[in-house]
Amino acid sequence: MNLFLQQLINGLNVGSIYALIAIGYTMVYGIIKLINFAHGEIMMFGAYFAFIAATSYNMPVWAIFLTSMIIMAILGVAIEFIAYRPLRNAPRLSALITAIGVSIFLQNLALLIFKADPKVMPKLFPEKIFYLGGIEISSTTLITVGLAIVFMILLDLYIRKTKQGRAMRAVSEDKDAAILMGINVNRTISLTFALGSALGALGGVLYSVAYIQVFPTMGVMPGLKAFIAAVLGGIGIVPGAMLGGFIIGMVETMTKAYISTTWADAIVFAILIIVLLFKPTGILGKNTREKV
Amino acid sequence: MDQKKKKSYLINTAAIALLYLLFFVLIQTKTINNYFVGIMIMTCIMIIMALSLNIVAGFLGQMALGHAGFMAIGAYSSAMATKAIVDAGIEMPSILLLLVALLVGGLVAGIFGILIGTPTLRLRGDYLGIVTIGFAEIIRIFFINFGPTGGAAGLKGISKLVDFNNVFFITVIVAVLIFTFGRSKHGRAIISIREDEIASESAGVPTTIYKVLGFTMAAFFAGLGGALYAHYQAFLEPSKFAFMFSIEMFVIVVLGGLGSLTGSILSAIVLTVLPEMLREFSEYRLLIYSLLLIIMMIFRPQGMLGRSEFSLTDFIDKLIMRKNRKTTSDGGEK
Repeated sequence: MNLFLQQLINGLNVGSIYALIAIGYTMVYGIIKLINFAHGEIMMFGAYFAFIAATSYNMPVWAIFLTSMIIMAILGVAIEFIAYRPLRNAPRLSALITAIGVSIFLQNLALLIFKADPKVMPKLFPEKIFYLGGIEISSTTLITVGLAIVFMILLDLYIRKTKQGRAMRAVSEDKDAAILMGINVNRTISLTFALGSALGALGGVLYSVAYIQVFPTMGVMPGLKAFIAAVLGGIGIVPGAMLGGFIIGMVETMTKAYISTTWADAIVFAILIIVLLFKPTGILGKNTREKV
Repeated sequence: MDQKKKKSYLINTAAIALLYLLFFVLIQTKTINNYFVGIMIMTCIMIIMALSLNIVAGFLGQMALGHAGFMAIGAYSSAMATKAIVDAGIEMPSILLLLVALLVGGLVAGIFGILIGTPTLRLRGDYLGIVTIGFAEIIRIFFINFGPTGGAAGLKGISKLVDFNNVFFITVIVAVLIFTFGRSKHGRAIISIREDEIASESAGVPTTIYKVLGFTMAAFFAGLGGALYAHYQAFLEPSKFAFMFSIEMFVIVVLGGLGSLTGSILSAIVLTVLPEMLREFSEYRLLIYSLLLIIMMIFRPQGMLGRSEFSLTDFIDKLIMRKNRKTTSDGGEK
């Protein structure tokens, strides 16, 4: 029972990171129907900037997070402006290939700048272990889950309550109608990329703290899993991405603990496939009627 | 009409024979070294992969991002089959052994195509894409953990049966088969699904059957490509068939033009030879590659050839016409 609770905590830890990254995928997909393959690389660069800020500049922890998130927000907007905006009216697959191109580009840029060897991420949070009825919870886990949840609540409030958030929802529902209502679509899309990338960077920093490593290809697997999380929850739906992230994190941890470490990824994919076969638009997704 | 067809067949056959002769002479006289022959063999295999993926992505219009999975199935199953034959001590001419390998690789991958395609093809667009990624990853993880195929360390000691001569003709045969399939009744039914699924269904096309048929055909030829790959490299490891490899093939198809088979061939050649040529810039290689990809998509989003096919016959006709026009240009009209 204790082992199970312990794994539950671990799953929550991993899941909250996946959820943060998945939000970026789902927001971008919701607004321009593009699978932003470069999102995993955004997460990787976020972790690198945090690494530089922590080791070379000795910044306080809150400043490390803030720098990394702001730089990545700017980078996210820049990527959209340079690579995706010219393709907004092109076939969707072309935009997808561009996203893949951006992903390969960023990965190799990181390889060139930071070299292939993994860097050791310093511990950003004071190490302390709490005991709760026989299970151990480290302060890092607590802060990771706490930060993730706080930011998710903030994002949810932002999207539901503010004017810009309403604009985002309007654009993702019907772009043309949104233009007629006087919404600046370009600015709204930029804002979406900024928010998604900042959350991706946050996820990246937390991921690198949890696994104590930073390396150029670190974004690929968590990126893919976060994307799966987004699809699982129903892509384009922000709460769906959060739910999907927690589910994927939980499943992965439980499989590693109770079934097999080598098969964990395969089981995650199998669950995704089974869910999609029974509910083709994801857990929270709504079925759209087809019109002739 | 028939005359025109005959002429077209004649021209294309002659062109292929000439091309083969050219390479044959170049290889025999050692003008091009073994390294380059290796690149040419890989190019042929990638052409087969791109053509087969084009059946799903181009004709059927579905986003299939797991082609490497079928290739892996074809590669491993064919390698196991030829290994079993060799181990049993059965003497066979190598071309026959290769045929067995191709047949096994294609059929096993095709069977998996039916098994995976039937339940998944009711999904659409990105959801289908992600499910195909999922299957390909499961296949890869299976081969990492599966003892009899060598697991993560890889499968060694596969007979090396593929050289430029046979891979060239196999590629030509596959290309002809897929071309004719695309123009057949069944190919046109599949294309009608891409254009408008609901309209083609109401016109009496059994869409589900045709979707699975297209998917299975693609899997069959991908398995064939995998078999060629296995018997060229003589060594297989699961990490080769990772997610990025599927993406690479998808990039080839989109860059050539979705639905354009000649586009796929052209872009498979460019995208296999280009990274090799960039090898001197080793560090900047993928950087340049990805930049070219982005720039290409921004300025030509429909791919190199779009949906149109390059036709040698038309090309020659145009050349002759232009010459005629030149010679008669001072004579006025026509």
